Amino acid sequence: MSSARDDVLATLRRSLGVSGSEAPRRSTVDDRLARAPAGVIPARAKVEGAARLELFKRHAEEALATVAVVPHADAVPQEAARYLRDANLPATLRIGEDARLADMPWDATSLEIARGPSAGRDLNALSHAFGGIAETGTLALVSGPDNPTTLNFLPDNHIVVVAAADLTGSFEESVDRLRQRYGKGAMPRSLNLITGPSRSADIEQTLILGAHGPRKLHIIVVEDEAA
Amino acid sequence: MTVHSTSKAFKRNAVRAMQDEPLQRALMHVRTNFIAKRQGAVDKLPEFEALRESARDIKNHTLAHLDLYLERYEAKVKEAGGEVHFARTAEEACDAVVAICRRLGARTITKGKSMIGEEIGINAALEAAGMTPVETDLGEYIIQLRGEAPSHIIAPAVHLNRDQVEADFRRVHSALDPKRDLSQPTQLLGEARQVLRERFLAADVGITGANFLVAETGTSIIVTNEGNGDLTQTLPKAHIVLASIEKVTPTLEDVGQILRVLARSATGQEMSVYTSLSTGPRRAGDPDGPSEYHVVILDNGRSAMLGTQFQDMLRCIRCGACMNHCPVYHAIGGHAYGWVYPGPMGAVLTPSLIGVGEGGNLPNASTFCGRCEAVCPMKIPLPGMMRHWREREFERHLSPAAQRYGIAFWAFFAKRPRLYRAATRLAMWGLALFGRNKGHLAFLPFGSGWTKHRDFPSPQGPTFQAHWKARAKLKAGS
Repeated sequence: MSSARDDVLATLRRSLGVSGSEAPRRSTVDDRLARAPAGVIPARAKVEGAARLELFKRHAEEALATVAVVPHADAVPQEAARYLRDANLPATLRIGEDARLADMPWDATSLEIARGPSAGRDLNALSHAFGGIAETGTLALVSGPDNPTTLNFLPDNHIVVVAAADLTGSFEESVDRLRQRYGKGAMPRSLNLITGPSRSADIEQTLILGAHGPRKLHIIVVEDEAA
Repeated sequence: MTVHSTSKAFKRNAVRAMQDEPLQRALMHVRTNFIAKRQGAVDKLPEFEALRESARDIKNHTLAHLDLYLERYEAKVKEAGGEVHFARTAEEACDAVVAICRRLGARTITKGKSMIGEEIGINAALEAAGMTPVETDLGEYIIQLRGEAPSHIIAPAVHLNRDQVEADFRRVHSALDPKRDLSQPTQLLGEARQVLRERFLAADVGITGANFLVAETGTSIIVTNEGNGDLTQTLPKAHIVLASIEKVTPTLEDVGQILRVLARSATGQEMSVYTSLSTGPRRAGDPDGPSEYHVVILDNGRSAMLGTQFQDMLRCIRCGACMNHCPVYHAIGGHAYGWVYPGPMGAVLTPSLIGVGEGGNLPNASTFCGRCEAVCPMKIPLPGMMRHWREREFERHLSPAAQRYGIAFWAFFAKRPRLYRAATRLAMWGLALFGRNKGHLAFLPFGSGWTKHRDFPSPQGPTFQAHWKARAKLKAGS
């Protein structure tokens, strides 16, 4: 008996009237995968600098995230502490191993910091994003020890730090940066594109925040992370 | 075990649905919310139309090279440490999933929303193997508690009202305080979150669907709002992706084009909250994520649709816009269609996948108003394909006898133009005579299906052909 795989491919080829070994078809596919043509990029995504940050902020807020902009990385712990305090949340925070976060002056706050992935009992977590997409106010987070994926979904409140320089106008520019980091054709195990806090409208089409993921998403944009 | 269909009983199902008062109340939300939200999102993006064309072209290109893209995708998944299982039929897909779960000694299996899971009846297969599948999407969770099938491809519980959900939660969550307040949707959601959180943490295997499989990178992508899909695929030992062959998309750029029309067409969001890209299992140094990553790729009749007049249907990205804009869906909801996929996309897909003998009724459930095609982000010619199915149904003598003889009777005259003209002249004269007093007819021989619910206007003046002839003469004279 032939395998399911071979059968499915054989039926496909019969339906398409091809053998699968035609050189022009193969080179068409190779070429598209190699070139990855960009297609239609909305005009709104073609922004730089302050306008890009402004666009990101506007769209993230439309998706019901809150956004704070701080001048440099040293100001992140204070902003995180302020956010939790103002939202009447406990001064606890779970963080991964990200060196950029480790270098920040957490001792200057009274926050109680836990490290590593979440087992599901954390109220608050903080991650560093790989980047962000201004076109839709979307954050891009990648898996790994630096920023465990569980921190993106299990806590009730998620704070995400992103460098202004890591924001791109379009989705495609962020894809380019991923390729620069991981290589062409390779990806992190998990790439989470996050646009606002978790929600559901499954009961009578009424929008409610905090379905299974975070109820609140707070974004801290660092204008000059190197400083 | 492809899920059982009641599509043959569509007429009876539809009549029942129209008399179902709670269903009619729930369907109001479809009419008012989805349409306005989609339009709002479309209006904010001037490039929307250009993106639709781009998305259509990408899928057409992919379908023409589907064998090759599937091979490339499979190779990339393996390269990333994952496994690909092809399945010709629903049975084979279920067997592949059950085998993985058995090997891992799985007991609790969490599930993200997957229409392929519905199509193959995966929950029944897991239960038959002694395992417990737990739906985690709020809508899917609610209908699982009720033992129902989804009535909409993106809003599975859209046929229910809040009070019905409250009653189900009180019945099933019997360990919780019976006096608790569940009068608000927020409280219902909070309770589901609390109950399901324990299931997420206890699950051995997580099953999700896929909106895209990326050939360039071997990545599967899910698009959700709740975050349940992410907890499903991140926490357990193994992640199993259920997808069908046409979900393959060449590159991440191609995904970007389709993503821009997907959420806007579905819920009117610019982006859904979570667009999650998974490539292989947990890697060295990863503190979380599944140790095994499997993709089950289902054919179940799709490969045979290629190269036919139904190939365009394989462009469908399951956004639900066609049913959200369909007057027939608005009137009867999703269950009346009798199988997994309702609305216009279901009316085309169902006969393709389970045969015109079972699903041949559905393409008749259309007014041919054309809204589905007008809003389809992939520009699928849905009314045209429903017409093809009607023709096939007629050719195979599957339509009701009265309809068949009626059409044959009409065809006898239509093939004889002079007789046709004479007969229609006579018929018009007769109808005009009977309706002369009121201008309309309350009863029509052989037409009670029409006159039972509304009057038939009596003809005014000569026939269309006579008008046409007179106009042509006038033009030639001028």
